[in-house]
Amino acid sequence: MKRDDLALGSGMPTLQIRAVGKTFGGGTVALQATDLSVQENDFITILGPSGCGKSTLLRMVAGLDTPTGGSIALDGRPVAGPGADRGMVFQSYTLFPWLTVLQNVCFGLREKGMPLPEQHAIAHRFIGKVGLKGFENHFPKQLSGGMQQRVALARALANDPRILLMDEPFGALDHQTRELMQELLLGIWEDERKTVLFVTHDIDEAIFMGNRVVVMSARPGRIKCDLPVPLQHPRHYSMKTTPVFAELKARLTEEIRMEVQRAAGMVAH
Amino acid sequence: MKPLAPVAPGTRATLGVAFFAVFFLVWAAFTLGGLVPKQFLADPLTMFKSGWTLLTQYGFLHDIGMTVWRVVGGFLIAAALAVPLGVLMGAYKPVEAFFEPFVSFARYLPASAFIPLLILWAGIGEAQKLAVIFIGSFFQLVLMIAVSVGNTRRDLVEAAYTLGALDRGIVTRVLLPSSAPEIAETLRMVLGWAWTYVIVAELIGASSGIGHMITDSQALLATDQIIFGILVIGLIGLVTDFAFKAFNRKLFPWAQIR
Repeated sequence: MKRDDLALGSGMPTLQIRAVGKTFGGGTVALQATDLSVQENDFITILGPSGCGKSTLLRMVAGLDTPTGGSIALDGRPVAGPGADRGMVFQSYTLFPWLTVLQNVCFGLREKGMPLPEQHAIAHRFIGKVGLKGFENHFPKQLSGGMQQRVALARALANDPRILLMDEPFGALDHQTRELMQELLLGIWEDERKTVLFVTHDIDEAIFMGNRVVVMSARPGRIKCDLPVPLQHPRHYSMKTTPVFAELKARLTEEIRMEVQRAAGMVAH
Repeated sequence: MKPLAPVAPGTRATLGVAFFAVFFLVWAAFTLGGLVPKQFLADPLTMFKSGWTLLTQYGFLHDIGMTVWRVVGGFLIAAALAVPLGVLMGAYKPVEAFFEPFVSFARYLPASAFIPLLILWAGIGEAQKLAVIFIGSFFQLVLMIAVSVGNTRRDLVEAAYTLGALDRGIVTRVLLPSSAPEIAETLRMVLGWAWTYVIVAELIGASSGIGHMITDSQALLATDQIIFGILVIGLIGLVTDFAFKAFNRKLFPWAQIR
């Protein structure tokens, strides 16, 4: 509830998405006009079946795709193209294979023209945060998938973005690694209090990570419901077995199931 | 033998050397056994002997030096121009749209067919030799480099953008390093082709070089010398190839990790 007071006090949301839609060249509607506002320190998870346009929405916030309608504003300034103020972690492994872990984490800092000692100080801090001290001079291909995503997270955080965009960042990882990564990210978020927009199709992940879960409908995508997650921080994995969690999961499972059925053509529109 | 099963490094080396041995043995059997007349094909022993004479008494080392100089010279000029143009074409699609159709056409023009024209323009001096190698390698290099740069993983480019990279940073810090190993590999391959062009250029109108020695030997029916010349080209090719590969491995250690 404290968060709501804060938001009311400051007034302006960190990220304001207004009537943003995307229609592809062929006339396929990927995303219907969508509104979403993200407050400072929000951790919003966007949950939806594959092909619902949730990644498209995230990519438009990142400035990697252009909306065909509506507007996106970060701190009141309209988004026009990608920038360092919106960090992103992708589902695919996007570390630069020719750079070491340390150099990867320094990439954005170097682009800002920061002196090398400062770059290294920041990079070492975040490499430590993601638990990869000692791996600074490894190349990405020498790391496991989970480790690579941790470096990608450190790389995005080192840049100190206003908002962190995560596009199914743990989607390619095995179940156990994914759970560890969720706790790690949550721990970092509780420390750093970043504003996060997190796309996933995993219901447990959406509830465990988010303050709010935004459910999207099957294509053409639109926001179907926006539910607060009534779990306290710091969160512990044991919360996944509490009645509150189970209740929300049951509700979301129903919502998503309906959408998947619709997408598969099993229910009339 | 199982399909695609790897072979131990020691066995690989032994097998590789073994075929050379088989090759020379068969050759020796045919020539020394009298199955092939001497004026058509010299035997390996005579070949090595006259090779030695060529090197020690007829200044063949100078010919080798000239040929190497021409290949390296022509190739360096081609690479110095082809790498920047190829990178620009790979990175910027309008530049590619402007040059690509012409370059695609030009690379099918046989370099050797230009030799008469080049002799007319540049005489039979060094400029003509360099020009043949340039024509033979430049267009190939440009196209292959443009493709390498253009094939850079899009998600890496996007990641760089979200880290605040500007267009210039994308080219210098993503496109270039990501395609560098492939560019180096292209250079290695095309250098091999440059070797075939230089010999052709030297066969027609030259006063020095390995190709020149080969045409001279033809007039004397000295098949031993011709074969020695060809062998020397092959050896130099093999050595430069190995050197280039080792150099690339050293330069791009990250590309070796599997």
